Amino acid sequence: MSETFMIEGYELVCGLEVHVELATATKLFSASANRFGDEPNVHIDPVTLGLPGALPVLNRRAVELAMRIGLALNCTVQSCTFHRKNYFYPDMPKAYQISQYDQPLNIDGWLELPGGKRIGVERAHLEEDTGKSTHIGGSGGRIHGSDHSLIDFNRAGVPLVEIVGRPDITSPDEARQYVTELRQILVAIGASDAKMEEGSMRCDANVSVRKPGDPLGTRCEIKNVNSVRSLGRAIEYEARRQIALIESGEKIRQETRHWDENDGRTHTLRSKEDADDYRYFLEPDLVPLAPEKSWIDEVRASLPMLPRERRQRLSAATGAAADGEAVMVVVERGQDDYVLAVGEAGADVARALVHVKEAYAEQGSAPTVPAADLARLISMETSGALTATQAKTVLAEIVEAGGGDATAIASAKGFEAMDTSELEAMVDDVIASNADAWAKYCGGEDKAMGALVGAIMKSSKGKADGKAVTALLQAKRGS
Amino acid sequence: MSLTETSAFEIAAEVRAGRLRAVDVLDAHLANVAARESEIHAFNTVTADEARRSAEAVDAAVAAGRDPGPLAGVPIALKDNMCTRGVPTTCSSKILDGWKPPYDATVVELVANAGAVVVGKTNLDEFAMGSSTENSAFGPTFNPHDVTRVAGGSSGGSAAAVAARFASISLGSDTGGSIRQPAALCGVVGVKPTYGTVSRRGLVAFASSLDQIGPFSHDVRDSALLLEVISGHDPLDSTSIPQPSLQLLTELDRGVKGLRIGRITDLPGGSEPEVDERLSEAFDALAAAGATIVDVELPSMKFGLTAYYLVAPAEASSNLARYDGVRYGMRVEASDTNAMYMATRAAGFGDEVKRRIMLGTYALSAGYYDAYYGKALKVRRLISDDFARAYEKADVLVTPTSPIVAFPVGSKVDDPLSMYLCDVFTIPTNLAGHPAMSVPFGTGAHGLPVGVQVLAPTLGEAVMFRVAAELERGAR
Repeated sequence: MSETFMIEGYELVCGLEVHVELATATKLFSASANRFGDEPNVHIDPVTLGLPGALPVLNRRAVELAMRIGLALNCTVQSCTFHRKNYFYPDMPKAYQISQYDQPLNIDGWLELPGGKRIGVERAHLEEDTGKSTHIGGSGGRIHGSDHSLIDFNRAGVPLVEIVGRPDITSPDEARQYVTELRQILVAIGASDAKMEEGSMRCDANVSVRKPGDPLGTRCEIKNVNSVRSLGRAIEYEARRQIALIESGEKIRQETRHWDENDGRTHTLRSKEDADDYRYFLEPDLVPLAPEKSWIDEVRASLPMLPRERRQRLSAATGAAADGEAVMVVVERGQDDYVLAVGEAGADVARALVHVKEAYAEQGSAPTVPAADLARLISMETSGALTATQAKTVLAEIVEAGGGDATAIASAKGFEAMDTSELEAMVDDVIASNADAWAKYCGGEDKAMGALVGAIMKSSKGKADGKAVTALLQAKRGS
Repeated sequence: MSLTETSAFEIAAEVRAGRLRAVDVLDAHLANVAARESEIHAFNTVTADEARRSAEAVDAAVAAGRDPGPLAGVPIALKDNMCTRGVPTTCSSKILDGWKPPYDATVVELVANAGAVVVGKTNLDEFAMGSSTENSAFGPTFNPHDVTRVAGGSSGGSAAAVAARFASISLGSDTGGSIRQPAALCGVVGVKPTYGTVSRRGLVAFASSLDQIGPFSHDVRDSALLLEVISGHDPLDSTSIPQPSLQLLTELDRGVKGLRIGRITDLPGGSEPEVDERLSEAFDALAAAGATIVDVELPSMKFGLTAYYLVAPAEASSNLARYDGVRYGMRVEASDTNAMYMATRAAGFGDEVKRRIMLGTYALSAGYYDAYYGKALKVRRLISDDFARAYEKADVLVTPTSPIVAFPVGSKVDDPLSMYLCDVFTIPTNLAGHPAMSVPFGTGAHGLPVGVQVLAPTLGEAVMFRVAAELERGAR
């Protein structure tokens, strides 16, 4: 567990509210397509536009995906109701959003960060998205001061799940980890493509600071954070802003603040005093949703292995740390099954992990290189038939071609293991022609070894095994 | 008998048998429209051309040996808060000026598929808020029995269209009595079915948890026929009860022998004496037909009006928020979006609608919710509980529909509370979601029609129609 993160003697308290668009074929309450990137206002119908007389009909698939999210986040799935959240905005066709209020679908779960810390999840509820406004004229793309606005209702009524995290996050890095882990879970369970840059995953941060042991400070909510990187920056900026205010004797005002990516600051959007009174009440056009236990069980049983378990499985197989870079990266890419398959094909699975992490960045979750091809290469490497450098070169070619016989490629390149006497002769030659470096190395300057090794690799055209060269040099120096 | 006095049941039978042409039936009704619509103002839109095409299609179908359906050739009028594709649907509000729905309400599809011929869209209190159809942006509907008097409301146009024989049958919507009260005042039958029996899809919402579409007709059998056609599960209305359409025509001749008819002993007072006399005659008629009259108490009934005027406006404040000038209907241009909202809504809504939006917004506001809306929901539950106890003793309950007969136009417009009292007997049914219907039963003051209301528990339409049919026989 990491040490307590502190800024200038203050603790950070942060809770995240994450909205994700569900990967359904149709909208939450109508049969229009749920699709991003098409011509404006083509995925519309009376329900989406809030026409008089239109009634919502709940999308069963959306409920199922929302339950998948809840179950993947260790929530209790319960009988629930829908409420109307009333406020006026041009891209809100009914002037109310159908959301869940005091009886959400999923409650009381948690998400475990790679290092093992659990961040509480208060609830994960279903609601509909709004349309999208584009404000023309004026400054800053805001509605105020614009000449006119264009509204695209394609997004209106798209199913969202809002995942409300508890204020258990205590550093910008934990916030980044939380969102990264959540994203991986959502993708793994097929609930959402969770792309922050396309807006299918949106993150608001509630931030406050306090001196250790003090009660919770006044929080501010930060909106418009559009990447994981910005999230960390915005939280840190906001914490420092609040600390500066407190230190200068001012009070924090509870307000919603807008993160500006360009100036790297948060700006007041609205204060608590002008917050809307949403006048929530039970949505009379829908009936309570009570998922039967058998349905919940079925959804639970259909969940795939989650990223955390997959990291543990890969860690156990390879001996690499579960929250180490290689395991994290490979599982995030979804290549862990592949690494294990290479191991099952008879190769050293730890080597497979390293190669896949290094060479498969562009390969996605279904690498084209047959596992057996990589396994053969690794076997040649571990048996000493190829040096690490040679193996890398051969692998690059195999990956490029989408597969290949490592033996044939190695022999075409003239890669044969040097025998010891040949290598020893080459080392002696290099020592003789690099007397300065050799003298420095013998005088205790370990850095000088790099130059020697480099020269030997060069003269062997990469055939020499780096480890063997190092061992020889050390032996000749007598250390 | 003239074609406009022939029942819908008989029209359909004759048209289906090829003995009567739908276009002739239509022409007879349109002739009545031409003669009296200027003094009644039942319609916002008369769809004569579309109606003629539908009637011709019905006749062509019969000629080709196809069955146009159980409402073959029956002229029907639709309250102008039901969406009709390509035909203006105004809710008698300026705010929907120019709007034509791109879709038909489920009930509109159902009656069209059954062979009915839509003759027009009828006037109503704006967004169905009112009891006299005087709150229409297009002027009041007048009572065909006395054109100095109101037709009742909010479905006054649909009631008057049937009473004036502009249409054989019509559809209205009932949120607190808006079918039954105008039916009583216009001397026709009007039915508010069990909540969830008739699809609300395409009905412009006033108060979603209370609104229900139902029929108007001259006799009980025609309402049974129409309700059979429009009832049944609609998967596009989540509050629609998953059950097949009601079977009612077979119930009408079963009589009331052995049924227990509840008389509410603590019924709120204040009815006109003639209304009380008709009610007592109605009990006598039912007793004479073999029913047992039992006394029941409904102590929470007197709170119904209060609860209703919190629940319905609260829902309305949300349902009517969409009329913001952004996407359809009226827009009053202004300097910015908020100013445009305010200017549009100020110009587009009438006083009663504004009054209820304000009332409902207040009832739902932070700090007031528990005291108003929350408490009203509790009263709603109390009323349902009281009804449940009453229905342990009685199969149906019988009350007056309206405490008064049709009143002079203009006599209550400046006194909203006395207008609200018109619905004292009808509102509790909506709060409980139960069915109820008004059957003409003699006349009251000034020789104007009086209606008697039959109330039944959830999905109790069959027994309700049995009793209504008996009352109809008793009234003759």
